[in-house]
Amino acid sequence: MSLAAETPAASETILRRNLATFTGNRLAMLCALIVVLFVVMAVFAPWIAPHDPNETDLFRRLQPPGWMAGGEWSYVLGCDALGRDILSRIVYGARISIFIGIVVILVATTIGILAGLAAGYLRGWVDMLISRIVDILLGFPYLIFAIGLMAMMGPGLWNIIFALAYKEWVIPARVVRGETLVTRELEYVEAARALGASRGHIMLREILPNVLSPVIVVATIRMAHVIILEASLSFLGLGVQPPTASWGSMVADGRAFMLEAWWVSTFPGLAILFLVLAINVASQGLRDAFDPRFSE
Amino acid sequence: MSLSKLLERIAQLVPVLLGVSVIAFTMMALTPGDPVQIMIGDQAITAEQEAQLRHDMGLDRPMVERFFIFLGNTTHFDFGESFYHKRPVADVIAERLPATIELSLVALVVALATAIPLGVLAAIKKNSIFDRIATVGSLLGVSLPGFWFGILLLMLFAVHLHLLPVSGRIGFDSEVPSVTGFLLIDTLVAGNMKAFGDAVAHLILPAITLGLPMTAILMRVTRTSMLEVLRQDYVTFADAKGLSRRRVLFRHALKNALIPTVSVAAIETGSLLGGNMIVETVYGWPGLGRLVVESIFLRNYPLVQAAVLFYAVTYVLLNFVADLLYTVLNPRVKL
Amino acid sequence: MKDALLEVRDLRTVFETRAGRICAVDGVSVAVRRGECLGIVGESGSGKSVTFASVMGLVKAPGRIESGTIVFDGRDLRGLSPRQMRAVRGRDIAMTMQDALTALNPALSVGEQIAEVLEAHDETLPARGAARRKAIRKASIEMLGLVGIPSAETRLRQYPHEFSGGMRQRIMIAIALACRPKLLIADEPTTALDVTIQAQVLELISDIRAKLGMSVALITHDLGVVAEHCDRVMVMYAGQVVEEGPTTEVIGAPKHPYTQGLLASIPRPALRGQPIHPIEGQVPDLIGLAPQCRFYSRCTQRREACLAPVEMRAAGPAHNARCILIGGDEE
Repeated sequence: MSLAAETPAASETILRRNLATFTGNRLAMLCALIVVLFVVMAVFAPWIAPHDPNETDLFRRLQPPGWMAGGEWSYVLGCDALGRDILSRIVYGARISIFIGIVVILVATTIGILAGLAAGYLRGWVDMLISRIVDILLGFPYLIFAIGLMAMMGPGLWNIIFALAYKEWVIPARVVRGETLVTRELEYVEAARALGASRGHIMLREILPNVLSPVIVVATIRMAHVIILEASLSFLGLGVQPPTASWGSMVADGRAFMLEAWWVSTFPGLAILFLVLAINVASQGLRDAFDPRFSE
Repeated sequence: MSLSKLLERIAQLVPVLLGVSVIAFTMMALTPGDPVQIMIGDQAITAEQEAQLRHDMGLDRPMVERFFIFLGNTTHFDFGESFYHKRPVADVIAERLPATIELSLVALVVALATAIPLGVLAAIKKNSIFDRIATVGSLLGVSLPGFWFGILLLMLFAVHLHLLPVSGRIGFDSEVPSVTGFLLIDTLVAGNMKAFGDAVAHLILPAITLGLPMTAILMRVTRTSMLEVLRQDYVTFADAKGLSRRRVLFRHALKNALIPTVSVAAIETGSLLGGNMIVETVYGWPGLGRLVVESIFLRNYPLVQAAVLFYAVTYVLLNFVADLLYTVLNPRVKL
Repeated sequence: MKDALLEVRDLRTVFETRAGRICAVDGVSVAVRRGECLGIVGESGSGKSVTFASVMGLVKAPGRIESGTIVFDGRDLRGLSPRQMRAVRGRDIAMTMQDALTALNPALSVGEQIAEVLEAHDETLPARGAARRKAIRKASIEMLGLVGIPSAETRLRQYPHEFSGGMRQRIMIAIALACRPKLLIADEPTTALDVTIQAQVLELISDIRAKLGMSVALITHDLGVVAEHCDRVMVMYAGQVVEEGPTTEVIGAPKHPYTQGLLASIPRPALRGQPIHPIEGQVPDLIGLAPQCRFYSRCTQRREACLAPVEMRAAGPAHNARCILIGGDEE
């Protein structure tokens, strides 16, 4: 067995040990569990939501939560201005937030890994070009860039994903490029090169497994950001279009009824907060386990 | 830092700024919908008039040529005409800018004034209850969606408790003549303390909402770098010299610990720009952010384009300033 | 000891770590007489630095002094409040650290770093105002002159990174000596320096010691340095003192196998061509030590009796070592 072939195996056991450290962190595990529950809620929304999220009922207009006077327990979090059940809309809204979060991060991380590996390993004009593009995209404040793109393309699910992923990939790209610059000089990579492995093989089989840990950590942290960004776009009316439920637009809907119906804005916002907070705490646990350099 | 190094750094900005302009230009140039049609709206005009208008706006020229015209115009702040306001875009932006700058600066000051003491305290009392609360607080701070937090504050302090105003920069009865556009200054210039108080009251909630994520981030940065600095030999040596605890902490440790805080603050000031759109929308703050959001729905593209470019240039420059600050504050780093 | 300036008795300093309790200093007694230079020798981890950090009251968490007495100039330092201890540090006992590059604050000018010690301790200065500032400036320039830094006046405004390594070491010494302390603790003053500059710095410390009549505790792992500059020497191993005595005796006729091993491992010009003999093995892990002689595992002369606790034994009028081979009552 060649030296080159042994090292990825070693990195797999490091990955396993890191995972063990992570699962030992109870708070982080709890938060990871909450995230999983949100995902389950999104996937099985039709079975979990008590009502049709888009069913309007003007008799239930701004009906308060179940525990308040005038509320009903079957509409536990109350109803919005069109009499739609807020809980059901939150359950369905999770689909938008989580779907966009996952797809954007998957797309951005894939592009980022490829671009970062190419820039860091091939160097030369490839690195110049990619690094320039990264610098330019970093020149835009994130939300403004996304808003500009949404203004141009118009609202819509895939447009949001495009608008967010367009800039998001530069973050994993920078991480991977930096790690690759270090890893490409390591002995086992040199050995693989000496054995005549192809550039593609070295990048994907030798270097990639070793730079994966920081990428995973960054991806989870960024997922929280992307979810807030999507909610912000929806809040501004640039997200998915009504009547599709999304948390950001639900909060926006409630603005007009702050005086008489606080629940319309409050509950969807709480859902965002819980999900984002859980992701953040879990990712901090991941970071402590996978990338001790950053832990305090 | 020598002048030549400074010039070199400034020269490095050029390709970035150029790239940013290309993106800002194409973003809007590729926008579906004909700007001429949008401008005409439902007025009845002849085909010749329409062609003339198209020619006047330069829309009949090739894309590359249009970009260079756009770039040339940009250098002397000519961003074209705002369809909606029927005035030059630059004028409309300039009019809204002071409100945005005022809000951002106050948010920045609030964030720095809370983040630094809290971060230092958390580091000194590491692993104490206070440190834990501060850590949880900062996690909460970065996880709170700003638009929702803003609405919660509004509901509580303005709508239900009537302690603070609901929206705008100042009450109708407190208007003062505009001198600088910054109400905190204008009200003082007018000698109207009641109006000044009113302007402050209008600022409180937006500034807190805008500054919160920044406070959370800066607190973490300050805590981490303070902990790092407290481990350094020069802090032990300062202790060995028998200096007072205050001097060791503030003169020896904090001066070094603040270097990363200040440069992160400069970078984060850039992200306040994005937060402005949200906060100004929530609080009906008549600044640039809300103008941009409104303009999107009015399909007022020249304005959106100019604002995107303006924000990006400001952001690039702030990052540049962050770099410079890091160098200036840190006598060891020689570029 | 009669004319002792500093007298430490049975000092135990422990560190509570996640891996367990580390007894970094285990029952160390040490005395520094007035005007003498005591050398403290040992490998890293032998407890020599922690012993003197304990004297300075600078042991950082998770470490703490568990027991023992530290008497300096007739005062019990362990009984002092933090505020009183701060008044002793820098004024009566001063310390220099291994590497001046990290010990000097990069963000403060050299002038400020000297001035602040005077500001904190010097009671002969005018109370306030321009006269005080002038006096501090004058004293700072004088100190830099004393340690041999040319054109001190202009260099006060400069930052540490603008000086060479040797100059920085001199500045650190100037800071430590600014208030004319009675005891200077010099922790590895030459380790971070080039060989040529090492000698200069040591000469400087010796000169100033003679000039100011102060005592010096010179912490080092270099027996050559000790031979040249110290009146007495103390050898530490794994948290304990293993041998102490006048330099000539300890170096001329070492009693403890560890000291013998240290001497044998020094390359000497007189023995050119002969192999040098490094000590085999490693310093034992300080967690969960057995009560035996700590050098047991590496000792070439070990025997069964060494598995019992070993006390210090007299090998001469002022020469002691922690080894059962002394006194001939081995079994």
